[in-house]
Parts: sequence; C-alpha cells; structure tokens
Amino acid sequence: MPDIRNFSITAHIDHGKSTLADRLIQYSGLVADRDFQDQILDNMDIERERGITIKSQTVCLPYTSRSGGEFILNLIDTPGHVDFSYEVSRALASCEGVLLLVDASQGVEAQTLANLYLAMEHDLAVIPVINKIDLPSADIDRTREMIEVDLGLDSDGAILCSAREGTGIEEILEAITKRIPAPGGDAGKPFRALIFDAQYDSFRGTIISCRIVDGSVKDGDIIRLMSLGTTHKIEEVGVFKISREKRGSLSAGEVGYIIAGIKTVSDTRIGDTIVHDVDPMPPALPGFKEVKPVVFSSIYPIDSDDNSALADSLEKYKLNDASLIYQRDSSAALGHGFRCGFLGLLHLEVFQERLEREFNQAIIMTSPSVEYKFILSNGQEIEVDNPEYYPDPAIIEKSLEPYIRATLLMPEKYMGSVMQICLARRGVNSHFHYPTSGRIELFFEMPLAEVIFDFYDKLKTVTQGYGSFDYELLDYREGDLVKVDILVNGERVDALSTIIHSDRARTRAKQICDRLAEEIPKHMFKIAVQGAVGGRIIARSTISAMRKDVTAKCYGGDITRKRKLLEKQAKGKKRMKSIGKVMIPQNAFVSVLKTNDE
Amino acid sequence: MMNDDRPGLYLHIPFCVTRCLYCDFFSDTRFGLAGRLLDCLAREETPTGREFSPFDTLYIGGGTPSSLGSGSIAELMERLRGRFEITPDAEVTIEVNPDDVSPEKLGEYVKSGINRVSVGIQSFNDGHLRFLGRRHDAATAIKAVGAIREAGLVNAGIDLIFGFAGHTPESWRSTLETALSLSPEHVSCYQMTIEGSTPMGKMLADGRIDEPGEELQRELFLLASGVLRDRGYIHYEVSNYARDEGFVSRHNGKYWNHVPYLGLGPSAHSFSGAQRWWNVSSIEAYCRGVEEGAGPPREGERLTRRQLDLERLYLGFRTGKGLPLEFLGRFPSWEKSLERLVRESFISVEGDSAVPTVKGYLFADSLPSFFL
Repeated sequence: MPDIRNFSITAHIDHGKSTLADRLIQYSGLVADRDFQDQILDNMDIERERGITIKSQTVCLPYTSRSGGEFILNLIDTPGHVDFSYEVSRALASCEGVLLLVDASQGVEAQTLANLYLAMEHDLAVIPVINKIDLPSADIDRTREMIEVDLGLDSDGAILCSAREGTGIEEILEAITKRIPAPGGDAGKPFRALIFDAQYDSFRGTIISCRIVDGSVKDGDIIRLMSLGTTHKIEEVGVFKISREKRGSLSAGEVGYIIAGIKTVSDTRIGDTIVHDVDPMPPALPGFKEVKPVVFSSIYPIDSDDNSALADSLEKYKLNDASLIYQRDSSAALGHGFRCGFLGLLHLEVFQERLEREFNQAIIMTSPSVEYKFILSNGQEIEVDNPEYYPDPAIIEKSLEPYIRATLLMPEKYMGSVMQICLARRGVNSHFHYPTSGRIELFFEMPLAEVIFDFYDKLKTVTQGYGSFDYELLDYREGDLVKVDILVNGERVDALSTIIHSDRARTRAKQICDRLAEEIPKHMFKIAVQGAVGGRIIARSTISAMRKDVTAKCYGGDITRKRKLLEKQAKGKKRMKSIGKVMIPQNAFVSVLKTNDE
Repeated sequence: MMNDDRPGLYLHIPFCVTRCLYCDFFSDTRFGLAGRLLDCLAREETPTGREFSPFDTLYIGGGTPSSLGSGSIAELMERLRGRFEITPDAEVTIEVNPDDVSPEKLGEYVKSGINRVSVGIQSFNDGHLRFLGRRHDAATAIKAVGAIREAGLVNAGIDLIFGFAGHTPESWRSTLETALSLSPEHVSCYQMTIEGSTPMGKMLADGRIDEPGEELQRELFLLASGVLRDRGYIHYEVSNYARDEGFVSRHNGKYWNHVPYLGLGPSAHSFSGAQRWWNVSSIEAYCRGVEEGAGPPREGERLTRRQLDLERLYLGFRTGKGLPLEFLGRFPSWEKSLERLVRESFISVEGDSAVPTVKGYLFADSLPSFFL
C-alpha cells in the first residue's frame, strides 16, 4: 500500500501555479508527453485566458521516491481568486501541506501572504518554492529575503524551480514526501468525508470531490449529506487521474470522488460532511458555512423573446455553479429577467462571459450592487441588493453599507497614488508597514460598493501592475446613501438606477448621462438624459435631434433595397430597448457599467 | 379619366457618352452595341408570361436615351406599339440630356407619340456642372428647354441635384430661380447621394471631397420646397414637384403605389403585384439571354404580405397622398405612433389619410420605424 500525501499549490496570480501543476503531472507519467496540453487543470477557456483557476481540480500522482518508496501524491488545485476563498479554505482543509509558490522576479505579493495565513490557519506544512528562476529579472536573494521577512519562513528550505523549463521538479516531489506529513484519520472509525468541490457531469450527475477523514466508504453504501440531511446510494467511488478511475472503495486519508445519483451541484454543499446513514451519526467536521453572495446584478435578454432560452441557460449554468443564486425579476425598461447574486465581481464577470460564450446568450446586465441595510422609522431592518427596492427616503432612519478590509501590497513608490485612489473611494483607517525595504503593505477600510467596479483595474494601472489587492468583509457601517435615478426623455429607466453614497452621486450621475448620450443614436427630437435623486435633477446631458433622414430616390431597384434595409432595422429594433419614445441600444447599458473614472 | 391601376412600361437604354462622377445607374459607353440592344429590348419576354399590356404610361430612361442616333427611338416605339397596347391617353416620357437635344430629335420623339420630356440639367451653375462631370453648360440647358417648347412639348420636367461638396444656399436658390424662369411643368430635386462604387464615392473615401453635413442638406431641401411651393408647385413626393396635379409623373407614381410595371432592358426592374424581378446589369449577358430565347438572366423575389405592407408603409410616407388610416391600422399601436407624429407635425391627418408634412418628408426614412 503506497503512502499518501495530500497537498495543494497556492500562489499569487501569474506566479506559475498552473505551469507547475502541469510539470508535476508530466513528471508522474500520467499523460504521455505527446498528449500534453498546457495547463491541464485549467480546462475552461476563461481560466486559460485570464490565467486564473476558477474551479478546484484534483489529480492523483503516483511517485517513486529516490529511496524507493511508493507514494500517491494527491494534488488539490484550488481557485486563485479572493471571490472563491471559502472553496479554497475547504480544499486546504483536505490537505496536510502546501507548496507556496513565489515568483522570483515579483517576490511576495498580497495573495502570497493571504495564502500563507490560510495555510497556517489549517496547520499545514508549508514548502516555499521560488519559481521562474530562469527569468533574467529573477532576483533569488531578494525573494529569499522576502520569504524570511514577509512570510517568516526559513528560506533555506525554499526550493528553486523553473516550472517552465522543468528544473527543480524532482526536488519538489521529494520534499512533498518528506516534509508534508502523512494524512491522519482512523480507518477504523465511522466514515466521515469532507466535500471540497462538486462538479456536474451530464451523464452521471454530481461528482463530489472529497477527502476521506475517517473510516471508509464503498460502492453501494448509503450516505447522508449532513447539512442537507439528504441520503443517497453510492453508485461509484474512485480517484482522479486525468480522468476518473473507479476504485470500489476509499478509506481514511484518501482523496477521491463519489457519484451517488445526485442531480445537481446545488444538491450538495461545499464544506459539508458525508457520513454513512447510520444511527448514531458521528459529529460533523468543523468549518462548514453557507456561502453568501456579496454582489448582485440583474440580467435581461437583449431580445425579450429570449427569456425562456435565458432561463434554460441559467438552469444549466447553475448545475455546475452552486454559488450562483438567481430569481426572477422584471424591469419596466428591460422586461423579464433575473436577479443574480455572485461571490464577487470576478465571479460575475466569469458568469457573464460563460453565458455569452458557452450558452450563446446576449444579455444586458445592470450595474452591480452590494447588499445594503436600511433601518426604517418603525424599527424594521431591511436588506436591499436591488435599487428597485430602495425604501422611501422619508421612512429611512439609518442607511448601512458593507465595509471591507483591503490589503494592498506594492513597491513603495506607488504608495501616494494608491492612497489617493483608496481615499477617493472613501477608504478610512489606513495604516501601513514596510515588510521589506522598498515594499509597502497598506490596509484600508473601504465600502465594498467602492471596489466592485473597476478598483482592481485602477490599482493595476497606477502601480503599473505591481500592486496587489485582497479583501475580507468587515461589517456594516452607517453611510449617507441615496438612490440615483436616470431619466431618458423624462422617463425613468429603472435598470439604470443605482444606490450610492451622496458624496458620489453627482459625479456618477454625470458619468452615466454622458455615456448614455454618446451611445444613444440621434432621434428625430432632442433627448434629455438626466440623473436625479428623488425629484431633484443633479446631472444632465443632451442628445441633439437628427436634422434630416431621407434618401432622395426611390425607383425600380431602390424599392427592394430600401425594404431590406427596413427589415434589417426592424430586426435591430428588437435588439434595442425602447424607453418611452427613445430607442436605447444594448451597448448603452453596457457602457454605463464601465464608467467609474475619477 | 385615367386608370391609375393600369401597368406602366419602362425601357432601360443603358448608353451614355460619358459617365457622370456620381451616377450609380447601370450604363455603358459602347454605342456599337446599340443596334443589338434595341432589337433585344423590343423582343424581351416577361418571365411570368403575364400580359401586362395595356400600358397607360411608358418611360424611356437610362442611361441617356437621347444619345442614341436619330431614328432609333422612333423605330423602338414602333416595334413596342406592335407588341403592346399603349393607351391613347398614355403618358410617354423620355429622359434627355441637354446637349443631345436638337429640333430633329425632338420632332422624331413627338412623331413617335412621346408627350413628356425629362431633362437632366442638374444645375445652372457651370462650375458645379463641371464638378459633377456633366457634358453641358447652363446656356445649353436653357436652349434645350427652349427647343423642347418649340417642338410643341407641353410637359417638360427638369432634374436638379443639390447638396454636393461646395453647394451653398445662394447658388442653389439661383439654380432654382433659373429653372423656374423656364416654367417647367415638373421639377425633380435630388439630394446628392454618393455611392461607394462611383468615382465620387472614391473621392470621398480618399478625402478629396467632403460631403455636406445634415444641417446644410436640410436647409437646401427646405429651400427648394419653399421656393417651389411659393411659385405654386406641388411638393408631391420627397424629391418631386409638379406645376399642377395634371403634371404629376404618372409613371413614377406606379413605383410608389405598388401598381404593376414591366421593365425591359439590362438592369430594369419589373413588378407584377406579388413578384419583383430585375434583369442582369450587362448588355452582353442581357442580349445573349434574349437572343437564345431563355430570356435575360434575372433575379427576383416573391413578396409576402408583410413585405408588401412594409414597402407600402415607407413608400406612402414619401408621397403627398400619404397613407390611408385604415392601412396604418395593420400595424401594432399605430394610433399612439400616429398621434405622436401628428403632435410633432411630421404628419397631418387629412380626411382618411395620414399625410407627411414637409418636415415629415425630411424624415421619410425614419417614419416607418414608428409603426414597426
């Protein structure tokens, strides 16, 4: 029976996590070199394009150590973004150690640190790996110093590696066998497993990824998902090679999959405990929580006739993304649609991209919103994530908005400009320290609403890519919140309303008005685009009237040509939204989302 | 009493001595092909076998029909009369170029039964005529109209162009005044439309000329309408004016009112009431097809009820007769749209019809979208 090691690789974005995973897989001989495709674990197009991992993946690597020991090394690849930090924490809870990857040219960054903290929280063995040592800009000594100082780790234990060139791979594998402890757990105890991921398979239903903590489980067993209280009969258990490999049974310490006729991933909960359906049940594993969305937006099909197609697509999407929540919603301006909740802005963007690419759905998305709380004069507290439900200001006693604690890491010279963008976004209680000379770590408490637009892009711009950002939710704080309405030709466009701090209302309203004025084509009449708070107009932009629109001739051949043009127009009109007398093209709605310049 | 529903006959004579820089009609400068083409024109069979005849309008257009040698038109007319019934009260029009006009040719036309002439003058400003690539000058144009009158033709139309690079309200007004001094029965004022395929289209793409802005086009359009209406002309279609009801172009009206028409010759369009087809835009391919008995290569379309309605909708808003309210009733929420267009004086309701105002003409391309 080979020894088992369960480990994960964590890294700041672009520090080479997927490339290292590829090399480890290649070294293990799981895939013939000729079949090798880069970034095997990132199998979604978006993951490869953006260089981030969205879904967890697991792969079971056979390895014979230098001293002849047989090992099974379970690599649990985790998502690489703050939006998915709960999933990451459950994947880490299934491991005994991590490879903490640091780019030799970039050094330690915000997420490196955040990842280390996470690993420490789970008492994991940490093996620092300095990657990209082949780059001309690699500074190994400085990176070692940062590992000592910023991370407080012994840099003598850091392994030098170039995942791209394949150097240092065997050293890493050796270190995994020696420095990461064998999994604990008692095969004799009642069965308990931790769910750290679930994926949908159109033939088999939900494939649960889990770590067997105690006991063992086999085909045909009846299991219970503790938090949901549902029971299922196991159809198949096994481990992940490049594809699934049936095993018949799994026992304590192993990482594998369970197929049990569970229809969708929403019928499982990440972090939940699986037990046998016996009495008495063993206690649940610690750390389970329900993840809640923090960013909300409504989506509408561009062509109102496509509502049922969009509903189908959402249902299919949801099969494999339990963290997406949605419900029916409707807008006077945009018709029937859905209100969706996301774990963060990246989650929202990934959703939007996949919906368009994989499901071919052309949608209009409304301005993302956070969840606000309002305390009304009758003492009632209400939660509002949709500007449509903003209460009557006359009965609002208190408005509360969510705050985050932002951690920003950057070279010192950018501090001024980063401070500026944080302060402009109502950042408070800043403090900072110098983890190493020349680098600064900055903390800010900021309203979540201020970072969900393009804060991250802005940060990357002002720091020329060297700044990094991570955040955690803190609490709700009082703020002077107002609802900005947008009126086109005097008619309110509900889908463009937004809840915002009063200090920012005028600027934001003006941006929206200007952007709309650019995107809405001229009409036969002058169009006023206004921003209003309550009945008060706070911003205005005007679209001048078209002056003439007629073609001179209309004889023989012109008639067919003109009719075809009209038919095309009529079709195009279906893809526009008519607000009162004004036709608003889809890109006008899209352009508004992109506006948040200072 | 004329019958508005009788079909019209169109003949496309594709020859021009030179090509104007802005023209995108099908034309050819090889006059050597004229004899063969005219023969084919007189023989072309209709694809449906449907008998259009009798015709109460006939229109000889092009190209430049007047550029053909003497006797050609007379011969063609004779052959057509042998084949089709052309009613005695028919409106028979020929398009002429000012510098082709001679008393002999005009005499030939009148003798053949032609009773209406449309003269392609375009401008009475010599600089503009050169810019447009026209062969004639203003003096020639004035003389041509004189000759037309002398030949006894009492229905003469003048074609003018406005809104080209460098055009000004002053020079446009002066051209209109000169035109009016000739008391034409009909005036067409076409806004210059530059098609990409023409030499002028290329000049525009290369930045060698500019296109006047929307505001100037509007001003020139309204100027023409104002000047001509002041002198009693009826602005009966976006680009067309008649001295009185009797001089409205009956043939062109068929295009705009979905009355069937038969078009003979290369690139000519025909409409049967449910079908439209058009001949190949090549003299050789056209002639070969006719000579071999298969008929010229054609493309066509069968129109659905919806498409017919769509055409009627936009064509109707281009004419002074407008559209019957009963017809507009076929479109969803038409009353709301109509009410709005009336309120903003793009349309006025006259009797049972919705009629575009002059301001409505300015937006004739946009009006249909309110009902779609």
